[in-house]
Amino acid sequence: MDGSRRSFLKIAGLSILGAGARPISDALAAEEGRKVSLPSRALTAKRWAMVVDLRKKCPDDCRDCIEACHGVHNVPAFDNPKDEVKWIWNEPFRHAFPGQEHEYIEERYKGRPVVVLCNHCDNPPCVRVCPTKATFRREDGIVMMDYHRCIGCRFCMAGCPFGARSLNWRDPRPFIKTQNKEYPTRMRGVVEKCTFCEERLAKGLRPACVEACKERILVFGDIEDPRSEVRELLHKHHSIRRKPQLGTMPQVYYIV
Amino acid sequence: MYNAGKIIAGLIIFLILVTFPVWFNLGKAATPPELQLPATEKECIEPKGFMRAKHMELVDLWRTEVVRNGKRIYVGASGRMYDMSLQNTCMSCHSSKSKFCDKCHNYVAVAPNCWNCHIEPKEGR
Repeated sequence: MDGSRRSFLKIAGLSILGAGARPISDALAAEEGRKVSLPSRALTAKRWAMVVDLRKKCPDDCRDCIEACHGVHNVPAFDNPKDEVKWIWNEPFRHAFPGQEHEYIEERYKGRPVVVLCNHCDNPPCVRVCPTKATFRREDGIVMMDYHRCIGCRFCMAGCPFGARSLNWRDPRPFIKTQNKEYPTRMRGVVEKCTFCEERLAKGLRPACVEACKERILVFGDIEDPRSEVRELLHKHHSIRRKPQLGTMPQVYYIV
Repeated sequence: MYNAGKIIAGLIIFLILVTFPVWFNLGKAATPPELQLPATEKECIEPKGFMRAKHMELVDLWRTEVVRNGKRIYVGASGRMYDMSLQNTCMSCHSSKSKFCDKCHNYVAVAPNCWNCHIEPKEGR
């Protein structure tokens, strides 16, 4: 019986190896089967960033950038301000830059609305707190949302010091004025925010807000490219960021 | 056995009720769903068999690649390139959700939640 025990163990060992090889070969086959790529006309960058030129003044009541963004992305307009969902919006100067406004501030900044959006921070607190990795930082610096994974816990909203994230407290569908059929909506219980128009960048288009701004107040580009327009502007002019003391390293710069 | 009559009669009624779906539907094969195939295109992204069995895996791969990896182009079986989008690519050919997606999904009683967010094409009636 000694011989047969020996051969039994040999066969058992071989079959275990064989069973282990199957998943490996499957995984390799799956890896080969991936036939995906980036569109050739996509805009790419090492680090996307935005510059808001506050030296130029928005025309009174101009909401072009906000409406362009919210229209393209099917952002609902709820009638109750408590339910508000926003990707880009106007904030009074003293709220956008707390502590920067004082009694004798230049007339043009007093109570002036400043356009604000997700800052796509280099050190995003929303990403750190997200328990499902529904929000994550892409290689090119865009802080992205994967709505499929969002469980609506709102940790990210608590983490974001800029209020750039909104929860859909109610079903947003009935509150979308005109649907953009090329972009999905969200559902109840999902957090949404600006994504620097990553779906437009993939098509070779600049973000909707940048394109909509007739005054060219919003400038978008690769901040790691020394010849880019954003770098040039930041090089020549004095710029500030929102709440830089918090260390989130926002990538939306304001020229003052 | 006490109350044998009642127990046996009860057991028989129980067995009849439990097996009701089996003998009620005996010999009646449920008709497989008939799908409305697009008139404009002859070929799908991958061969028919693959699409039938694994379209959910394909769509899942698309979602991951687009949302998480930022890749948006998929090379189909014929070498043609497709924009990985349920709303803009799949539904541009399969333009009727109720006559295509829903047919099988209802037949096998699955309820994928794609359409909670993705907008289905409008169907003229």
